[in-house]
Amino acid sequence: MTRTSRKRLVPILLGGLVLGLSMNAPAKAEELRIGFIAPLTGIFAQIGKDMTNGFQMYLDEHGNKLGGATVKFVVEDDAGKADAAVTKAKKLVLSDKAQMFIGGLLASTGYALAPVSNSEKTLYIASIPAADDLTQRQASKYPYFFRTTWTSSQPHHPLGKWACEQGHKKVVTIAADYAFGYEVVGGFQKAFEDCGGKVIQKLWPRLGEKDFGPFIPQIKGDADAVFSLMVGPMALQFPKQLRQSGYKKPIIGGGTSYDEFILPNMGDFAIGDVSALQYSAAIETPKNEAFVKAYRKKYGKVPSYYSEANYTTAQVIDEAMKKAGGKYPGPEKFVAIMGGLKIDAVRGPVHFEDRNPVQNIYIKKVEKKKMFGYPKAELWNVIIKTYPNVSQYWTYGKDKFLKQPVYSRTYPPCKNCE
Amino acid sequence: MTSQKIKILMVAVVLAALAYIVPNSSSFVVLLATRALVFAILAMSLDILLGFTGLPSLGQAAYFGVGAYLTAILATKFHIGLGWDFWLVVIYGMLIGAALAALFGLFAIRASGVYFLMITLALGQCVWGLAYRWNSLTGGDNGISVTARPAFGLDLTNERTFFFLVFAFFIFTLISLYVLVQSPFGRSLAGIRERELRMQILGYNTWLHKYIAFIIAGAFGGLSGVLWAHTNGLVSPETVVLTTSVDALLMVVLGGAGTLVGGAIGSAIVFGLREYLSTLVPWWQYVLGGVYVLTILYLPTGLMGIPARIRQARGASDKTAKPAAPEKLAPTPS
Amino acid sequence: MNAQFWIIQAFNGISYGALLFLVGSGLSLIFGVMRIVNLAHGAYFLWGGYIALSVIWMTGSWALSLPAAALAVAIIGLAMERLFLRSEGFEYLRHGTIALGVAVLITLAIGEWSPSILSGWAPFVAVTAVATIALYFLLTRIPIVPIEADVLRQVLLTVGFAFLFQQAALDIWGGDNMDITPADIFNTSVVIGGLYFPLYRVFMIATALAIGLVIWLVMEKTRMGAAVRATVDDAQMARGVGIDTNRVSMFIFALGAFLAALGGVIGGAFLGVYPGLDFEMLPLAFAVVIIGGMGSLGGAAIGALAVGLADNFGKALFPEISYFTLYAPMVLILAVKPTGLFGRE
Repeated sequence: MTRTSRKRLVPILLGGLVLGLSMNAPAKAEELRIGFIAPLTGIFAQIGKDMTNGFQMYLDEHGNKLGGATVKFVVEDDAGKADAAVTKAKKLVLSDKAQMFIGGLLASTGYALAPVSNSEKTLYIASIPAADDLTQRQASKYPYFFRTTWTSSQPHHPLGKWACEQGHKKVVTIAADYAFGYEVVGGFQKAFEDCGGKVIQKLWPRLGEKDFGPFIPQIKGDADAVFSLMVGPMALQFPKQLRQSGYKKPIIGGGTSYDEFILPNMGDFAIGDVSALQYSAAIETPKNEAFVKAYRKKYGKVPSYYSEANYTTAQVIDEAMKKAGGKYPGPEKFVAIMGGLKIDAVRGPVHFEDRNPVQNIYIKKVEKKKMFGYPKAELWNVIIKTYPNVSQYWTYGKDKFLKQPVYSRTYPPCKNCE
Repeated sequence: MTSQKIKILMVAVVLAALAYIVPNSSSFVVLLATRALVFAILAMSLDILLGFTGLPSLGQAAYFGVGAYLTAILATKFHIGLGWDFWLVVIYGMLIGAALAALFGLFAIRASGVYFLMITLALGQCVWGLAYRWNSLTGGDNGISVTARPAFGLDLTNERTFFFLVFAFFIFTLISLYVLVQSPFGRSLAGIRERELRMQILGYNTWLHKYIAFIIAGAFGGLSGVLWAHTNGLVSPETVVLTTSVDALLMVVLGGAGTLVGGAIGSAIVFGLREYLSTLVPWWQYVLGGVYVLTILYLPTGLMGIPARIRQARGASDKTAKPAAPEKLAPTPS
Repeated sequence: MNAQFWIIQAFNGISYGALLFLVGSGLSLIFGVMRIVNLAHGAYFLWGGYIALSVIWMTGSWALSLPAAALAVAIIGLAMERLFLRSEGFEYLRHGTIALGVAVLITLAIGEWSPSILSGWAPFVAVTAVATIALYFLLTRIPIVPIEADVLRQVLLTVGFAFLFQQAALDIWGGDNMDITPADIFNTSVVIGGLYFPLYRVFMIATALAIGLVIWLVMEKTRMGAAVRATVDDAQMARGVGIDTNRVSMFIFALGAFLAALGGVIGGAFLGVYPGLDFEMLPLAFAVVIIGGMGSLGGAAIGALAVGLADNFGKALFPEISYFTLYAPMVLILAVKPTGLFGRE
């Protein structure tokens, strides 16, 4: 080149360099508007707080950014009522322009919110509602639905098998009379009876019942154990009242019956009771230990599965947003991205199948001991067995499982009930 | 009579304004307005009982509930009501509300005053109890989701179009009830409210009058229930809980018992507080409670009664400072 | 179902009835004397439980929490009755309370929509004070409409207070489910003939009996009791013979609140204490009053027993319609005798 053209080249190159650099410089951060629905008042208020705190802690640990996008986090109260949840979800989407709404507590809330995801064409991540069918037989109805935690029956299939392997032959079930209760008992019963056990009686106190006086005397004397599924305040009262009535046989609990949201309030009467869930605060991995310590320091109590579920939900969103390049790609694509993730979560390894997690299920037992370097001996759900890679279909295979009806009050039928 | 015509004109103006403003606001406002209108219908049905017949009912949610549950069950289990047969369901809803009222009225009408309150409360709780525990029929705690809106030539999934439908029903109710209270039947109801004994002496079958009023209130309660099922998309025991009946009562009192539109005004305020203010500040329930307390203490005739109160206060200040005659909302048993 | 089942169920029903007696008797007396349907009664129950918790946290003594909580709520109930359910007397206090309440809300509203005006405590207090004074003068000029004889207004007023109490409880104690742990001796059960009777439930029955007895004695044997009975029977006549019905109302309302709160403390051990309990207890309290009769103590006892047993057996035998089995008899009784089984007109 001639000298003059080289002279002209330099500024052009420099200009191009500067231009290129300025284009790669970070643009104004993307905003991700997330709506969160949880009971902040009413009998489940404590759980709602755990849910919100779990999610919030992840945000705080990551500078309020998920996948590079700044998060606008709006929390609304549904008081544990499906009605209010629907109203608040609509408000979040219409008024706050939320790009996704997360949460709800009860299975009934989940069933009520799923249609809202359709009508508003907005992603709904059920971080807690475990209603089986939303990712099973009704999954195709709700393309904007995703679940990051569990289905009601998921931990109770392995628990049923475990119970049978312990030598229990006859079990009485007592569970809250609503969808979640039916599905938990259903999962337990199917696996328990497939292994040779028998469920000889099913009792259904209403959700929120605290006086088990009418139910305890009905428990059949020839049972080897009681399987109880309690939610919220019921979880505290039932084992207390059962033991006070003189019952000495083992109690096997569904996931929420001994969860950490209520375990610290229980007394020594709970020691020895077994339950199953995808999380326990006593999981002895460095990641969980760090999580428990940080959560307890920040909020003054041991994290419950409700906290972990929402913490991990935030983690899922974070990783998915990273894969999406920091910009929310709309509900369908986002669901697809989340579905393909493999996560190292606090509860253990998680990946997804049919928009529901495949994960470890822990059989845990209430023990009084010192853990994680804490000075006092306290009640913990100590892991006694781990079932890895448990999906919502257990060992039944997807097609076979979906052919049977959803677990309900009458399915599986109580063939051995007198 | 001119003051009457002026009132009608004012109401018409307000309604026209509403019909213009709301659809042009945000979707959330449209949603709130639709819900408030459904409750306004419920409140107006209660006003017939409270404001015009003097019967304070704490169980109006029962008719609301049966109308809503009927719609939901027909839509989900029998697939009825999602096309032109929606109008059939409207009629069914009103019929079932009326039928239930006819049944309940047999128990309730003999009572009056606080006893009427108690028995309607008990009746309302019966309906709630059944809704809550009769799982096979009502879905119990889960409730029944009504996901599809009826399709009869209008796209009712569009919230604005749906608002106009509900608005039309509101106007229909307003006009029907207005015609009712202006009729000789309605006037005799007012007479019963004031002095039942006198009406009986004059030869009126007061029991029958009250019974019919009760049934009419039940019918319109059922209508509001039908609309609610589609507005809310979910019918659950929450729909028939005690607080719903209490809220309806407050709406009537807040707006002004015996004015019909008072119920609508009350509904707007209560909904504004419950569903709008609640999203803005955490202390909204103090405002709700405060509104209750202050209205009862200072404005028992409700907001519609403010002009009269001002006139009264002005008149009273001319004489010696004697308190105004106690304003009763419900007659004591005479 | 064997004898064991029936005995235990009956025992449970009776113990539940004991709790309901405490809650319902207060409501029944309030109605009998003052003809007020106190829808804030559930709130008194709830506050009883919450205050007891605070007392236990501060002093560690469960035994102390019983009278402390009951008395505290009695005072609150009394204040509500004196200031708001009556138009005359204590106007200054009423105006002041309302003015303060509304002023705080206004200041909060200002803080919400123009936060710049209120940064820190001092401006907040200043604005509230100014608003309070302004409102106070405004209120003295607006005549209150006398509320004494108007039943519906009183009912709605108590509802308003129920909402205020509910929110205040939430703000003070938070939304968690809490449990009252009674003294350790109650952790055991009495064993009779192989059947376990939790000692706490026995305590509940004993307490209800004791209190019922004391109240009955007061009603039958003391001057105040006679005055109360006279007022229940015919308030106008009572005034005519020189009974200070005002004093009687005060006493009864405070007693009613006291009993409800006591129920809350006692119930707190097996129902728990949590937001929403107030409106859950309320219909049950009404069931007691309606079945037993408004204004009758003995009726309240029978009503409580009936509701406790019906609730228990209903849940055990007919769970699907358990609430219906509770409220339907209520309706039938009211239809036949509007004042309840043993009610006095």
